[in-house]
Amino acid sequence: MSDAEARWQGINLAVACLALDPAAMGGFWIRARVGPVRDRLEKGLKTALQGLSVRRIAPTMPDEALFGGIDLAATLDTGVLTQTKGLLTDAGVLFLPMAERVESGLAGRLAGALDTGRGLSIIALDEGAEPGERAPDALLDRLAIHVDLTCHALSDAPDLAIDLDALDEARQRLPLIETPDSAIRELAEVAARLGILSLRAPLQALAVARASAALSGADTIEEPDLLTAVELVLAPRATRMPETPEDMQDDPPPPPDDDTLDAPEGDTEEQLDLPPAEILLEAARAMLPPDLLARLAAGKAARSAQASGSGATKTGNRRGRPLPPRAGRMGGNARVDLVATLRAAAPWQKIRRDITGVTDRVHVRMSDIRIRRFKETSDRAIIFVVDASGSSAMARLAEAKGAVELLLAEAYARRDHVALVAFRGDGADVLLPPTRSLVQTKRRLSSLPGGGGSPLAAGLKAALHLAEIAKGKGMTPSVALLTDGRANVDLSGAANRTTAAADSTLMARAIRAEGYPALVIDTGQRPTRGLDALAREMGAPYLPLPRADSRNLSRAVDAALTP
Amino acid sequence: MKDVMEPGPFPFSAIVGQEEMKRAMIMTAIDGGIGGVLVFGDRGTGKSTAVRGLAALLPPIEAVSGCPVNSRYVSDVPDWVVLKDDVLAMKPTPVIDLPLGATEDRVVGALDIEKALTKGEKAFEPGLLARANRGYLYIDEVNLLDDHLVDLLLDVAQSGKNVVEREGLSIRHSAKFVLVGSGNPEEGELRPQLLDRFGLSVEVSSPTDIDVRIDVIRRRDAYDRDPVAFGASWASSDADLRAQIVDARARLATVEASDEILRDCAALCVALGSDGLRGELTLLRAARALAAFESEPSVMRAHLKAVAPSALRHRLRRDPLDDAGSTTRVERVVEEVLG
Repeated sequence: MSDAEARWQGINLAVACLALDPAAMGGFWIRARVGPVRDRLEKGLKTALQGLSVRRIAPTMPDEALFGGIDLAATLDTGVLTQTKGLLTDAGVLFLPMAERVESGLAGRLAGALDTGRGLSIIALDEGAEPGERAPDALLDRLAIHVDLTCHALSDAPDLAIDLDALDEARQRLPLIETPDSAIRELAEVAARLGILSLRAPLQALAVARASAALSGADTIEEPDLLTAVELVLAPRATRMPETPEDMQDDPPPPPDDDTLDAPEGDTEEQLDLPPAEILLEAARAMLPPDLLARLAAGKAARSAQASGSGATKTGNRRGRPLPPRAGRMGGNARVDLVATLRAAAPWQKIRRDITGVTDRVHVRMSDIRIRRFKETSDRAIIFVVDASGSSAMARLAEAKGAVELLLAEAYARRDHVALVAFRGDGADVLLPPTRSLVQTKRRLSSLPGGGGSPLAAGLKAALHLAEIAKGKGMTPSVALLTDGRANVDLSGAANRTTAAADSTLMARAIRAEGYPALVIDTGQRPTRGLDALAREMGAPYLPLPRADSRNLSRAVDAALTP
Repeated sequence: MKDVMEPGPFPFSAIVGQEEMKRAMIMTAIDGGIGGVLVFGDRGTGKSTAVRGLAALLPPIEAVSGCPVNSRYVSDVPDWVVLKDDVLAMKPTPVIDLPLGATEDRVVGALDIEKALTKGEKAFEPGLLARANRGYLYIDEVNLLDDHLVDLLLDVAQSGKNVVEREGLSIRHSAKFVLVGSGNPEEGELRPQLLDRFGLSVEVSSPTDIDVRIDVIRRRDAYDRDPVAFGASWASSDADLRAQIVDARARLATVEASDEILRDCAALCVALGSDGLRGELTLLRAARALAAFESEPSVMRAHLKAVAPSALRHRLRRDPLDDAGSTTRVERVVEEVLG
């Protein structure tokens, strides 16, 4: 059986497990763009879930629709308070398309609904394109099975084989499946060695193993069931490759300069050396994508990012500058503007009284409802582009690091996000996509090495790209460049002063064309000629700061970029 | 009383490990004036489980049955409440979830729009703060809470009163609750003002010991498969803990704190450079609650040492360039000052 076939078989099994006991699974996370492969999986799911209550919800649904509330139309009509039942009130399986657009508030409420034990489960269809663009972790943590369809070709994904009778039979057997203590132990060990912190994962793995045992007609959890559980639940959550010393260095969870296993993990190492766990780990290793660590870095960094929105300003209804009220419905976050509503209803009172014959109350119809609106200025994202080349002396790099940290410490109160791009050698790295997390930034900063050439153009290009993403997420990006201006590596990575300068100018113009506010800080020992010209190309103020300490720097950035 | 067959939350006493978190929560149950607990840490470490378990563990409160703010006496019932009956009844300690993205109306209460539009009555629809009175207000992912809600909560938590002035309403009611927040610092920082408002803070992490992890999974799995039986098997441990808390509450006022202990508190806070006097007060209150919990007649240095990290770690001036965690800094200073 080829790899692709085996993977699709695994998905088939996952569908059966979910259908068997949706509530215990919490649900399914399917990462795929809309397409025939996803359609096939959805079709299979629908077949397998026959007989269960299946509903579709959307991240844009108002809270009333999801969690129940007041039916205003009926209430107004009858004059009696009428409640509606939400889609999440009863047990059932919920399809959630566009899960990457679920904002953290809704994720929290959905997670809460899953936790209450009402028998709910969610199939999150995540269509995110960027690594960081995905459903919030609060939700994902509760969905047992994680499936990535992006590398499945249609030819490798035949219709799923669903045997409803077998499912029924397995469902009968499920409560009788025995759980040997060793199964719990092995799953816990494998989870720990894959660097999975959450204890929900091994619990969910146990539920999958139990379902798998019921499907295979056994009465106790056996080795193949554990393998299934590892493949479906634990492997996709791995935060590190098990026991590959080279990989440990890049491992995000332990402190960055720690090049061995972190201590607490280390002393459990002996007792972990059990053969069954080894087999399971081997299986997990086979499931791990080769670019796991790269993905982790991107995913982890983007965690704090909100689901993508549109434009630089959002029209909300809770804070900001008030806008005129607009006709609308009462929804989750909407606030009715009472005065405007009554004003809208006033001209019709006589007609409505005549029609209904009711004269002792104000007649308000749904169409009269006016909703409050506010215009909210969006979050600021300051993108630091830091020169980490050899010519930028290490001391200056330390200052830049300090300035970023200081700004971030103050960022929360101003709702700013901070991002960090460093350039050195022959290219630029995004060390930190826009975040407010001090913890993460400190980690990234302390591990930022210096040395090599000055690929200034590549740095600006990376910043431009980052700014675009930030803008897409509804933030207002601005760029702060910290360099000594000695660009000597061009966009292609070649060491050529002339093309390097030309490329830098090109990128600077691009930043100006996009209209991003920018600032150039000269960190050279003495002001560099040419850097002020580059600043002009960027439409940015130029600040020579030959003896800046990090506090001065942070003050300067703050002053220059604050609108 | 609840139906016996209705499964309760995961029993508090069955939570494996996480001793600091459990102790901090118990302290707030003994002395509500400590000012709440902030639990920061990884996902799936039992933060929510502990809060819900604690609520089920606590003794019920006596309250006017028809009162939306759980008033203790009929004379405390706010004047905007129309009481249908004024009998006193036992209610379980309220634990109210404040969901992220909740509207201001839902939190503080608002004009009852249905009544206003259909009957023309100006009635107040109480919000979550009303229901949390005399109980717990639990905010999961508190670090992601909208700023305007944070401001609101700060106000109410400080004054113990919820004041609503909107749409022609002018309503106030008492809103005294223990604030319990949880969150993951990787996903965003908590505003210093809110941080300071929590009495205690604890950092939880996933247990790294494999046997502990197995224990957690085993117990949780047993609970998920048969919550009623699992609850029953832990009922007596929960009852013991409840008795100990009730006992400690009664003894709290009589626990003495000597001048030396007060001096220790002050010395600790000065050495750590924590802002304001809130740190000292919380430290003392928590130490006293711990002493009461341990049936000691007076506060001792051991109590101070035990609660100092939770009471002080979140009050330190943030130094972004210092890599030592605040827990380590507190421990170091405690060691220096108290020996």
